[in-house]
Amino acid sequence: MSDSLHIDWTKCDGRGLCTELLPALLARDDWGYPVPRRSRSGNRTDVPVSAGSLEAARDAVQLCPKLALSLVHERNNKRA
Amino acid sequence: MTPPNTSLAEALRPQAPVGTYRLFAAGAHAGLQDHLEAFGPLDIEAIGPDFIRVLEASGLTGRGGASFASWRKMAVTAESRSAGILPARPVVIANGAEGEPLSFKDRTLLANAPHLVIDGLLVANRAVAGSQMYLYAASGSLDEAAPAIAERPAARRIRLVQAPEAFIAGEASAAVNAIATGAARPLDKRRRLAESGLKGRPTLVLNVETLAHIGLIARYGADWFRSAGSPADPGTRLVTVSGPGPAQVQEVAGNAALGVILRDAGIDARSLSAVLVGGYHGRWVRPLDYRISPAGPDGQTVRPGAGVIHALPADQCGLAATARILSYLAGESAQQCGPCMFGLPAMAGVLNRIASGEPNPRLTGELNRLGKLVSGRGACHHPDGTVQLVSSALDIFADDVKAHLTGRCLRQGGRAA
Repeated sequence: MSDSLHIDWTKCDGRGLCTELLPALLARDDWGYPVPRRSRSGNRTDVPVSAGSLEAARDAVQLCPKLALSLVHERNNKRA
Repeated sequence: MTPPNTSLAEALRPQAPVGTYRLFAAGAHAGLQDHLEAFGPLDIEAIGPDFIRVLEASGLTGRGGASFASWRKMAVTAESRSAGILPARPVVIANGAEGEPLSFKDRTLLANAPHLVIDGLLVANRAVAGSQMYLYAASGSLDEAAPAIAERPAARRIRLVQAPEAFIAGEASAAVNAIATGAARPLDKRRRLAESGLKGRPTLVLNVETLAHIGLIARYGADWFRSAGSPADPGTRLVTVSGPGPAQVQEVAGNAALGVILRDAGIDARSLSAVLVGGYHGRWVRPLDYRISPAGPDGQTVRPGAGVIHALPADQCGLAATARILSYLAGESAQQCGPCMFGLPAMAGVLNRIASGEPNPRLTGELNRLGKLVSGRGACHHPDGTVQLVSSALDIFADDVKAHLTGRCLRQGGRAA
Protein backbone atom coordinates (compact mmCIF):
# COMPACT_ATOMS: atom_id res chain seq x y z
CA MET A 1 0.00 0.00 0.00
CA SER A 2 1.74 3.15 -1.09
CA ASP A 3 -0.96 5.73 -1.86
CA SER A 4 -3.16 7.56 0.53
CA LEU A 5 -5.87 10.15 0.27
CA HIS A 6 -5.09 13.12 2.49
CA ILE A 7 -8.02 15.06 3.93
CA ASP A 8 -7.30 18.68 4.78
CA TRP A 9 -9.87 19.09 7.56
CA THR A 10 -9.29 22.84 7.66
CA LYS A 11 -10.78 23.03 4.14
CA CYS A 12 -13.35 20.22 4.25
CA ASP A 13 -16.90 21.49 4.51
CA GLY A 14 -18.73 18.16 4.52
CA ARG A 15 -20.25 18.49 1.04
CA GLY A 16 -19.99 14.72 0.69
CA LEU A 17 -19.00 14.28 -2.95
CA CYS A 18 -15.98 12.19 -1.95
CA THR A 19 -18.16 9.79 0.02
CA GLU A 20 -20.33 9.23 -3.09
CA LEU A 21 -17.32 8.60 -5.31
CA LEU A 22 -15.52 6.40 -2.78
CA PRO A 23 -18.18 4.49 -0.85
CA ALA A 24 -15.77 1.64 -0.16
CA LEU A 25 -13.30 4.04 1.49
CA LEU A 26 -15.43 6.73 3.08
CA ALA A 27 -18.63 6.89 5.10
CA ARG A 28 -20.21 10.07 6.49
CA ASP A 29 -20.42 11.13 10.11
CA ASP A 30 -23.35 12.72 11.98
CA TRP A 31 -22.53 16.09 10.42
CA GLY A 32 -21.76 14.99 6.87
CA TYR A 33 -17.97 14.88 7.05
CA PRO A 34 -16.08 11.90 5.60
CA VAL A 35 -15.17 9.04 7.95
CA PRO A 36 -12.49 6.67 6.65
CA ARG A 37 -13.66 3.09 6.92
CA ARG A 38 -10.08 1.89 7.44
CA SER A 39 -7.10 3.60 9.02
CA ARG A 40 -3.45 3.03 9.77
CA SER A 41 -2.73 3.21 13.50
CA GLY A 42 -5.61 5.53 14.27
CA ASN A 43 -4.72 8.15 11.64
CA ARG A 44 -7.98 8.91 9.86
CA THR A 45 -6.65 11.91 7.97
CA ASP A 46 -4.48 9.93 5.53
CA VAL A 47 -6.73 7.20 4.15
CA PRO A 48 -5.06 4.15 2.56
CA VAL A 49 -6.12 3.79 -1.11
CA SER A 50 -5.99 0.36 -2.76
CA ALA A 51 -5.02 0.09 -6.44
CA GLY A 52 -8.64 -0.60 -7.37
CA SER A 53 -9.84 2.66 -5.84
CA LEU A 54 -7.04 4.84 -7.19
CA GLU A 55 -8.97 6.08 -10.23
CA ALA A 56 -12.02 7.04 -8.16
CA ALA A 57 -9.73 8.71 -5.62
CA ARG A 58 -8.22 10.82 -8.42
CA ASP A 59 -11.74 11.87 -9.42
CA ALA A 60 -12.56 12.80 -5.84
CA VAL A 61 -9.42 14.98 -5.65
CA GLN A 62 -10.41 16.71 -8.92
CA LEU A 63 -14.05 17.21 -8.02
CA CYS A 64 -13.90 18.19 -4.33
CA PRO A 65 -15.49 21.67 -4.35
CA LYS A 66 -13.37 22.78 -1.36
CA LEU A 67 -10.04 21.46 -2.73
CA ALA A 68 -9.68 19.57 0.54
CA LEU A 69 -8.31 16.32 -0.89
CA SER A 70 -4.91 15.31 -2.21
CA LEU A 71 -3.26 12.06 -3.13
CA VAL A 72 -0.02 11.36 -1.32
CA HIS A 73 2.39 8.82 -2.69
CA GLU A 74 3.92 7.53 0.50
CA ARG A 75 7.55 7.80 1.17
CA ASN A 76 8.01 7.26 4.84
CA ASN A 77 5.19 9.40 6.07
CA LYS A 78 6.31 10.03 9.63
CA ARG A 79 5.57 13.36 11.22
CA ALA A 80 7.94 15.34 13.39
CA MET B 1 45.13 9.31 28.44
CA THR B 2 44.37 13.01 28.23
CA PRO B 3 45.66 15.23 31.01
CA PRO B 4 43.01 17.09 33.00
CA ASN B 5 42.05 20.42 31.45
CA THR B 6 43.34 23.09 33.79
CA SER B 7 43.01 26.08 31.49
CA LEU B 8 42.00 29.33 33.12
CA ALA B 9 38.61 29.42 31.37
CA GLU B 10 37.76 25.97 32.72
CA ALA B 11 38.93 26.88 36.21
CA LEU B 12 36.74 29.98 36.22
CA ARG B 13 33.66 28.14 35.02
CA PRO B 14 31.19 27.71 37.87
CA GLN B 15 30.24 24.21 38.91
CA ALA B 16 27.41 22.67 36.93
CA PRO B 17 24.19 22.49 38.95
CA VAL B 18 23.99 19.33 41.02
CA GLY B 19 20.79 17.35 41.52
CA THR B 20 17.45 18.40 40.07
CA TYR B 21 17.64 22.11 40.87
CA ARG B 22 18.86 23.35 37.51
CA LEU B 23 16.73 25.76 35.54
CA PHE B 24 16.21 28.26 38.36
CA ALA B 25 19.72 27.93 39.78
CA ALA B 26 20.52 31.58 38.91
CA GLY B 27 17.81 32.74 41.30
CA ALA B 28 14.53 34.60 40.94
CA HIS B 29 14.27 37.04 38.01
CA ALA B 30 17.89 36.35 37.07
CA GLY B 31 19.52 39.13 35.06
CA LEU B 32 22.49 38.54 32.77
CA GLN B 33 25.00 38.92 35.61
CA ASP B 34 23.23 36.39 37.87
CA HIS B 35 22.90 34.08 34.89
CA LEU B 36 26.61 34.20 34.04
CA GLU B 37 27.65 33.83 37.67
CA ALA B 38 25.50 30.73 38.09
CA PHE B 39 26.13 29.00 34.77
CA GLY B 40 29.28 30.56 33.34
CA PRO B 41 29.70 31.87 29.80
CA LEU B 42 28.51 30.02 26.72
CA ASP B 43 30.48 30.27 23.49
CA ILE B 44 27.61 30.42 21.00
CA GLU B 45 29.98 30.85 18.04
CA ALA B 46 31.50 27.44 18.79
CA ILE B 47 28.13 25.70 18.28
CA GLY B 48 27.61 24.00 14.92
CA PRO B 49 25.69 21.10 13.37
CA ASP B 50 27.66 18.63 15.54
CA PHE B 51 25.63 19.85 18.52
CA ILE B 52 22.75 17.72 17.19
CA ARG B 53 24.79 14.60 18.11
CA VAL B 54 25.29 15.97 21.64
CA LEU B 55 21.56 16.55 21.92
CA GLU B 56 20.91 13.00 20.72
CA ALA B 57 23.25 11.66 23.39
CA SER B 58 21.45 13.71 26.04
CA GLY B 59 18.09 12.06 25.28
CA LEU B 60 16.22 15.35 25.76
CA THR B 61 12.55 15.18 24.76
CA GLY B 62 10.27 18.14 24.12
CA ARG B 63 8.75 19.69 27.22
CA GLY B 64 5.78 21.28 25.45
CA GLY B 65 3.49 18.26 25.48
CA ALA B 66 4.31 15.77 22.75
CA SER B 67 7.64 14.63 24.29
CA PHE B 68 9.17 14.16 20.84
CA ALA B 69 12.97 13.62 20.68
CA SER B 70 14.34 17.16 20.32
CA TRP B 71 17.45 16.15 18.37
CA ARG B 72 15.33 14.45 15.71
CA LYS B 73 13.32 17.61 15.02
CA MET B 74 16.58 19.51 14.78
CA ALA B 75 18.13 16.94 12.45
CA VAL B 76 15.15 16.97 10.05
CA THR B 77 15.21 20.78 10.00
CA ALA B 78 18.94 20.82 9.28
CA GLU B 79 18.52 18.24 6.49
CA SER B 80 15.63 20.17 4.90
CA ARG B 81 17.87 23.21 4.76
CA SER B 82 20.11 21.58 2.18
CA ALA B 83 17.28 20.09 0.08
CA GLY B 84 15.84 21.74 -3.02
CA ILE B 85 17.17 23.95 -5.77
CA LEU B 86 16.99 27.21 -3.87
CA PRO B 87 17.72 26.17 -0.30
CA ALA B 88 15.90 28.29 2.28
CA ARG B 89 17.52 28.86 5.64
CA PRO B 90 15.57 27.59 8.62
CA VAL B 91 13.49 29.51 11.10
CA VAL B 92 13.65 28.70 14.82
CA ILE B 93 10.70 29.49 17.07
CA ALA B 94 10.85 29.50 20.87
CA ASN B 95 7.33 28.50 21.83
CA GLY B 96 6.23 29.99 25.14
CA ALA B 97 2.49 30.00 24.42
CA GLU B 98 0.91 28.24 27.35
CA GLY B 99 -2.81 28.01 26.70
CA GLU B 100 -3.33 25.18 29.17
CA PRO B 101 -5.25 26.82 32.04
CA LEU B 102 -3.61 24.62 34.69
CA SER B 103 -0.04 25.29 33.50
CA PHE B 104 2.21 28.22 34.29
CA LYS B 105 5.68 26.64 34.19
CA ASP B 106 6.65 28.30 30.88
CA ARG B 107 5.51 31.70 32.12
CA THR B 108 7.48 31.15 35.34
CA LEU B 109 10.57 30.11 33.39
CA LEU B 110 10.47 33.13 31.07
CA ALA B 111 10.03 35.45 34.04
CA ASN B 112 12.87 33.95 36.08
CA ALA B 113 15.38 32.41 33.68
CA PRO B 114 14.95 34.28 30.36
CA HIS B 115 18.68 34.10 29.59
CA LEU B 116 18.66 30.32 29.68
CA VAL B 117 15.83 30.29 27.11
CA ILE B 118 17.72 32.82 24.97
CA ASP B 119 20.88 30.66 25.19
CA GLY B 120 18.91 27.65 23.99
CA LEU B 121 17.37 29.59 21.12
CA LEU B 122 20.77 30.88 20.00
CA VAL B 123 22.25 27.38 20.23
CA ALA B 124 19.37 25.77 18.29
CA ASN B 125 19.65 28.47 15.63
CA ARG B 126 23.39 27.80 15.24
CA ALA B 127 22.88 24.03 15.14
CA VAL B 128 20.47 24.24 12.18
CA ALA B 129 22.21 27.26 10.58
CA GLY B 130 18.99 29.23 10.95
CA SER B 131 18.44 32.74 9.72
CA GLN B 132 15.47 33.93 11.76
CA MET B 133 14.54 33.53 15.42
CA TYR B 134 11.24 34.19 17.13
CA LEU B 135 9.98 34.16 20.68
CA TYR B 136 6.25 33.44 20.62
CA ALA B 137 4.54 33.91 23.98
CA ALA B 138 1.72 35.69 25.79
CA SER B 139 2.18 39.44 26.17
CA GLY B 140 3.06 39.22 29.88
CA SER B 141 5.89 36.79 29.15
CA LEU B 142 7.18 38.95 26.30
CA ASP B 143 7.30 41.92 28.68
CA GLU B 144 9.42 39.84 31.07
CA ALA B 145 11.77 38.52 28.38
CA ALA B 146 12.24 41.71 26.32
CA PRO B 147 14.73 43.41 28.71
CA ALA B 148 16.84 40.21 28.76
CA ILE B 149 16.91 40.14 24.96
CA ALA B 150 17.88 43.81 24.84
CA GLU B 151 20.80 43.11 27.19
CA ARG B 152 22.51 40.80 24.69
CA PRO B 153 23.69 41.92 21.27
CA ALA B 154 23.53 38.35 19.89
CA ALA B 155 19.87 38.12 20.91
CA ARG B 156 18.66 41.36 19.38
CA ARG B 157 17.67 39.57 16.18
CA ILE B 158 15.06 37.59 18.08
CA ARG B 159 11.63 38.85 17.05
CA LEU B 160 8.85 38.88 19.59
CA VAL B 161 5.38 37.73 18.57
CA GLN B 162 2.43 37.81 20.92
CA ALA B 163 0.48 34.59 21.39
CA PRO B 164 -3.25 34.84 22.10
CA GLU B 165 -4.55 33.35 25.35
CA ALA B 166 -6.22 30.39 23.65
CA PHE B 167 -5.84 26.70 24.49
CA ILE B 168 -4.68 25.72 21.03
CA ALA B 169 -2.35 28.73 20.46
CA GLY B 170 0.72 26.74 21.52
CA GLU B 171 0.22 23.92 19.01
CA ALA B 172 3.33 24.05 16.80
CA SER B 173 1.59 24.79 13.50
CA ALA B 174 -0.70 27.31 15.22
CA ALA B 175 2.44 29.09 16.40
CA VAL B 176 3.77 29.20 12.84
CA ASN B 177 0.40 30.38 11.53
CA ALA B 178 0.20 33.09 14.21
CA ILE B 179 3.62 34.44 13.23
CA ALA B 180 2.77 34.30 9.50
CA THR B 181 -0.81 35.60 9.56
CA GLY B 182 -1.71 36.65 13.10
CA ALA B 183 -4.25 33.80 13.38
CA ALA B 184 -3.17 31.12 15.87
CA ARG B 185 -5.02 28.28 14.17
CA PRO B 186 -3.43 24.87 13.48
CA LEU B 187 -2.41 24.17 9.88
CA ASP B 188 -3.09 21.05 7.86
CA LYS B 189 -0.06 18.76 8.17
CA ARG B 190 0.44 17.35 4.74
CA ARG B 191 4.01 18.62 5.01
CA ARG B 192 6.08 18.68 8.16
CA LEU B 193 7.00 22.05 9.63
CA ALA B 194 10.63 20.92 9.68
CA GLU B 195 10.40 20.72 5.89
CA SER B 196 8.04 23.56 5.10
CA GLY B 197 6.84 25.89 7.83
CA LEU B 198 6.99 29.66 8.10
CA LYS B 199 6.92 31.11 4.56
CA GLY B 200 7.82 27.65 3.27
CA ARG B 201 11.09 27.57 5.20
CA PRO B 202 12.23 24.62 7.30
CA THR B 203 10.89 25.55 10.72
CA LEU B 204 11.97 24.30 14.13
CA VAL B 205 9.47 24.93 16.91
CA LEU B 206 10.76 24.17 20.39
CA ASN B 207 9.10 24.80 23.73
CA VAL B 208 10.87 27.39 25.90
CA GLU B 209 11.63 24.86 28.64
CA THR B 210 13.15 22.53 26.04
CA LEU B 211 15.37 25.44 24.95
CA ALA B 212 16.42 26.18 28.53
CA HIS B 213 17.59 22.58 28.88
CA ILE B 214 19.47 22.97 25.58
CA GLY B 215 21.17 26.07 27.04
CA LEU B 216 22.52 23.89 29.86
CA ILE B 217 23.38 20.87 27.69
CA ALA B 218 25.46 23.17 25.45
CA ARG B 219 27.51 24.11 28.54
CA TYR B 220 27.76 20.92 30.54
CA GLY B 221 27.17 18.14 28.01
CA ALA B 222 24.96 15.09 27.61
CA ASP B 223 26.36 13.09 30.55
CA TRP B 224 25.64 15.94 32.93
CA PHE B 225 22.05 16.13 31.63
CA ARG B 226 21.68 12.40 32.23
CA SER B 227 22.93 12.69 35.81
CA ALA B 228 19.30 13.30 36.80
CA GLY B 229 16.29 11.21 35.79
CA SER B 230 16.33 7.66 34.41
CA PRO B 231 18.02 6.21 31.31
CA ALA B 232 14.67 6.24 29.46
CA ASP B 233 13.63 9.66 30.77
CA PRO B 234 16.81 11.63 31.46
CA GLY B 235 17.16 15.12 32.89
CA THR B 236 14.60 17.16 34.76
CA ARG B 237 11.25 18.68 33.83
CA LEU B 238 9.09 21.45 35.17
CA VAL B 239 5.65 20.53 36.42
CA THR B 240 2.79 22.76 37.52
CA VAL B 241 1.10 21.22 40.53
CA SER B 242 -2.37 22.41 41.52
CA GLY B 243 -5.34 21.22 43.55
CA PRO B 244 -5.98 21.90 47.22
CA GLY B 245 -3.60 24.64 48.36
CA PRO B 246 -1.63 27.12 46.30
CA ALA B 247 -0.53 26.04 42.80
CA GLN B 248 3.23 25.81 42.26
CA VAL B 249 5.95 24.98 39.76
CA GLN B 250 8.43 22.21 40.65
CA GLU B 251 11.51 20.98 38.84
CA VAL B 252 11.48 17.19 39.12
CA ALA B 253 13.70 14.38 37.87
CA GLY B 254 12.65 12.47 34.76
CA ASN B 255 10.60 9.40 35.67
CA ALA B 256 9.68 11.00 39.05
CA ALA B 257 7.10 9.33 41.28
CA LEU B 258 3.68 10.98 41.38
CA GLY B 259 3.46 10.42 45.14
CA VAL B 260 6.72 12.28 45.75
CA ILE B 261 5.63 15.22 43.59
CA LEU B 262 2.33 15.48 45.50
CA ARG B 263 4.06 15.15 48.87
CA ASP B 264 6.57 17.87 47.99
CA ALA B 265 3.64 20.09 47.02
CA GLY B 266 2.12 19.50 50.46
CA ILE B 267 -0.75 17.38 49.11
CA ASP B 268 -1.78 14.20 50.94
CA ALA B 269 -2.44 11.59 48.25
CA ARG B 270 -4.83 9.76 50.60
CA SER B 271 -7.16 12.77 50.57
CA LEU B 272 -7.64 12.59 46.80
CA SER B 273 -10.03 10.73 44.53
CA ALA B 274 -7.91 11.16 41.39
CA VAL B 275 -5.09 13.14 39.79
CA LEU B 276 -5.16 14.71 36.34
CA VAL B 277 -1.72 14.23 34.75
CA GLY B 278 -0.71 15.95 31.51
CA GLY B 279 -3.39 18.64 31.59
CA TYR B 280 -6.65 18.90 29.69
CA HIS B 281 -5.29 16.58 27.00
CA GLY B 282 -3.97 14.22 29.64
CA ARG B 283 -5.44 11.46 31.75
CA TRP B 284 -7.10 11.02 35.11
CA VAL B 285 -5.29 8.46 37.24
CA ARG B 286 -5.76 7.20 40.77
CA PRO B 287 -3.32 8.75 43.26
CA LEU B 288 -1.15 5.63 43.23
CA ASP B 289 2.52 4.98 42.67
CA TYR B 290 2.73 6.11 39.05
CA ARG B 291 5.90 7.35 37.39
CA ILE B 292 5.73 10.51 35.27
CA SER B 293 7.52 9.69 32.02
CA PRO B 294 6.89 9.87 28.24
CA ALA B 295 7.38 6.12 27.92
CA GLY B 296 6.94 3.11 30.16
CA PRO B 297 4.53 0.28 30.95
CA ASP B 298 0.81 1.17 31.01
CA GLY B 299 -0.58 1.15 34.50
CA GLN B 300 2.78 2.21 35.97
CA THR B 301 3.63 5.28 33.90
CA VAL B 302 1.69 8.40 32.93
CA ARG B 303 2.86 10.74 30.19
CA PRO B 304 3.68 14.20 31.52
CA GLY B 305 2.29 16.13 28.55
CA ALA B 306 3.03 19.77 29.26
CA GLY B 307 3.83 18.90 32.88
CA VAL B 308 0.47 19.44 34.53
CA ILE B 309 -0.42 17.63 37.76
CA HIS B 310 -3.85 18.52 39.15
CA ALA B 311 -5.13 16.87 42.32
CA LEU B 312 -8.87 16.34 42.83
CA PRO B 313 -9.97 16.14 46.48
CA ALA B 314 -12.10 13.12 47.39
CA ASP B 315 -15.20 15.22 48.08
CA GLN B 316 -15.31 16.61 44.53
CA CYS B 317 -17.06 14.89 41.65
CA GLY B 318 -14.64 13.86 38.90
CA LEU B 319 -17.45 13.69 36.36
CA ALA B 320 -18.55 17.24 37.10
CA ALA B 321 -14.90 18.37 36.89
CA THR B 322 -14.39 16.57 33.57
CA ALA B 323 -17.66 17.94 32.17
CA ARG B 324 -16.50 21.48 32.95
CA ILE B 325 -13.14 20.83 31.26
CA LEU B 326 -14.84 19.24 28.24
CA SER B 327 -17.17 22.24 27.84
CA TYR B 328 -14.12 24.48 27.92
CA LEU B 329 -12.24 22.34 25.36
CA ALA B 330 -15.27 22.27 23.04
CA GLY B 331 -15.31 26.07 23.17
CA GLU B 332 -11.59 26.16 22.35
CA SER B 333 -11.98 24.33 19.02
CA ALA B 334 -10.40 26.50 16.34
CA GLN B 335 -13.65 25.99 14.36
CA GLN B 336 -11.77 24.72 11.32
CA CYS B 337 -12.27 20.96 11.29
CA GLY B 338 -15.85 19.62 11.25
CA PRO B 339 -15.34 16.58 13.49
CA CYS B 340 -13.86 18.83 16.22
CA MET B 341 -16.18 21.79 15.68
CA PHE B 342 -19.34 19.65 15.98
CA GLY B 343 -18.06 16.54 17.78
CA LEU B 344 -16.60 18.15 20.89
CA PRO B 345 -19.73 20.19 21.76
CA ALA B 346 -21.80 17.02 21.22
CA MET B 347 -19.53 15.10 23.60
CA ALA B 348 -19.65 17.93 26.14
CA GLY B 349 -23.45 17.90 25.97
CA VAL B 350 -23.63 14.17 26.71
CA LEU B 351 -21.07 14.29 29.53
CA ASN B 352 -22.88 17.23 31.14
CA ARG B 353 -26.10 15.18 31.07
CA ILE B 354 -24.29 12.33 32.84
CA ALA B 355 -22.73 14.72 35.34
CA SER B 356 -26.11 16.26 36.12
CA GLY B 357 -27.50 12.83 36.98
CA GLU B 358 -29.83 12.13 34.04
CA PRO B 359 -30.91 8.50 34.55
CA ASN B 360 -30.32 7.35 30.98
CA PRO B 361 -28.09 4.27 30.65
CA ARG B 362 -27.51 4.94 26.94
CA LEU B 363 -25.52 8.12 27.59
CA THR B 364 -22.17 6.40 28.18
CA GLY B 365 -22.50 4.38 24.97
CA GLU B 366 -23.25 7.58 23.07
CA LEU B 367 -20.25 9.31 24.62
CA ASN B 368 -18.00 6.42 23.56
CA ARG B 369 -19.46 6.44 20.05
CA LEU B 370 -18.80 10.16 19.64
CA GLY B 371 -15.28 9.75 20.98
CA LYS B 372 -14.51 7.07 18.39
CA LEU B 373 -16.09 9.23 15.68
CA VAL B 374 -13.91 12.32 16.23
CA SER B 375 -10.56 10.68 17.00
CA GLY B 376 -7.79 10.80 14.39
CA ARG B 377 -9.72 13.34 12.34
CA GLY B 378 -8.39 16.89 12.43
CA ALA B 379 -5.48 19.15 11.57
CA CYS B 380 -4.20 18.88 15.14
CA HIS B 381 -4.62 16.55 18.09
CA HIS B 382 -7.24 18.61 19.93
CA PRO B 383 -9.95 15.97 19.34
CA ASP B 384 -7.61 13.08 20.25
CA GLY B 385 -6.38 14.73 23.44
CA THR B 386 -9.95 15.49 24.44
CA VAL B 387 -11.11 11.93 23.78
CA GLN B 388 -8.21 10.59 25.86
CA LEU B 389 -9.24 12.75 28.81
CA VAL B 390 -12.89 11.66 28.59
CA SER B 391 -12.13 7.96 28.25
CA SER B 392 -9.79 8.11 31.26
CA ALA B 393 -12.60 9.80 33.25
CA LEU B 394 -15.12 7.08 32.30
CA ASP B 395 -12.56 4.51 33.42
CA ILE B 396 -11.35 6.08 36.69
CA PHE B 397 -14.77 7.40 37.71
CA ALA B 398 -16.67 4.26 36.63
CA ASP B 399 -18.40 3.92 40.01
CA ASP B 400 -19.42 7.57 39.87
CA VAL B 401 -20.87 7.03 36.38
CA LYS B 402 -23.02 4.12 37.66
CA ALA B 403 -24.28 6.22 40.55
CA HIS B 404 -25.02 9.21 38.32
CA LEU B 405 -27.05 7.07 35.94
CA THR B 406 -29.34 6.34 38.90
CA GLY B 407 -29.49 10.05 39.77
CA ARG B 408 -27.04 9.92 42.67
CA CYS B 409 -23.56 11.33 43.14
CA LEU B 410 -21.00 9.60 45.35
CA ARG B 411 -19.48 12.96 46.28
CA GLN B 412 -20.88 16.40 47.03
CA GLY B 413 -23.37 15.11 49.60
CA GLY B 414 -24.99 12.51 47.34
CA ARG B 415 -26.77 14.77 44.86
CA ALA B 416 -25.74 14.86 41.25
CA ALA B 417 -24.74 18.40 40.30
